Amino acid sequence: MTEIKVNLISHQKLEGLSTEEKIQFILQEVEKGEILVLERGLSAEEQAKLIEKTMKEINPDKFIGIEMESYKEYGEKGFFKRLIGKIRQPRITLIGPADKLKTVYKDNDVIKTIIKGR
Amino acid sequence: MIRMGLLGRLRSLLQSIFGKKHVRIGIYGPPNAGKTTLANRIARDWSGDVVGAVSEVPHETRRAQKKDNIVIKNGDSSLTLDIVDTPGIATKVDFHDFMEYGLSEEEARKRAKEATEGVIEAIRWLDNVDGVILLMDSTQNPFTQVNVTIIGNLEARELPVLIAANKIDLDGSTPATLKSAFPQHEVIPISALTGYNVEMLYNAMIKTFGKAKRK
Repeated sequence: MTEIKVNLISHQKLEGLSTEEKIQFILQEVEKGEILVLERGLSAEEQAKLIEKTMKEINPDKFIGIEMESYKEYGEKGFFKRLIGKIRQPRITLIGPADKLKTVYKDNDVIKTIIKGR
Repeated sequence: MIRMGLLGRLRSLLQSIFGKKHVRIGIYGPPNAGKTTLANRIARDWSGDVVGAVSEVPHETRRAQKKDNIVIKNGDSSLTLDIVDTPGIATKVDFHDFMEYGLSEEEARKRAKEATEGVIEAIRWLDNVDGVILLMDSTQNPFTQVNVTIIGNLEARELPVLIAANKIDLDGSTPATLKSAFPQHEVIPISALTGYNVEMLYNAMIKTFGKAKRK
């Protein structure tokens, strides 16, 4: 039987970290082959930073990149929305090495993935 | 000098209200969505020129390509565009994928390296465009993380965006799925290759990007 490990990362674990620190933590884990489920995901800007950093880390023979899946952020952005407290909230996010994690289906409400054992 | 300063401030104020007639627009999307085909279509239709080469091999565009001062018109309305055709954004790049298209290992490795640099460049261009055409392949599932991440970044930056559902000339195209995936944005079904419905896109560009605030 193949055993698969998935790490569930609480919101509190990441909330005190800067964007750079979050991305460093995530990439270090993913490059070791870990699969992470982030309770409070990453903002769109953080996702873009993560993609940028991932591209710098790609090594054709060891690390080909990440698979990342999340739902669209809650809420709207805009002065009045911010004024009344309707800020955007990142949602649960799944991140893993691209050679191990593969999305097979996704829509607005469902994400289906398979994890390949090694 | 004081007079020029006042005029400059007045111009900025008017631009913040009425927008600009000259804007820099980025064409974004995943690899192989047809971004360069669309950039070439726009450039050819309005300036008789092309922007870059196209290929069925993913990541053909690995450096951002610019074409400036393209004037598009609709009746009395017009808009001057600087078009930025960006490399496709991806979360992974595997050189083995390129070898399936017949590239040698050496060529594939080189292309992969350049592709990773292109993704970084595309993301960085987000801070230097006034609006975005997000191009998606309407034969593919639109709910990809790349699309979600790009849309999220555009919304966070409050950049005007048009979604173009490309490749509607192909069997299996479902632009309605794109519309249901992103109901808060205008989605225009087109074929950049054949030119089908691009007039509607041009009209929407004048309407949407004519209100953009120039950076």
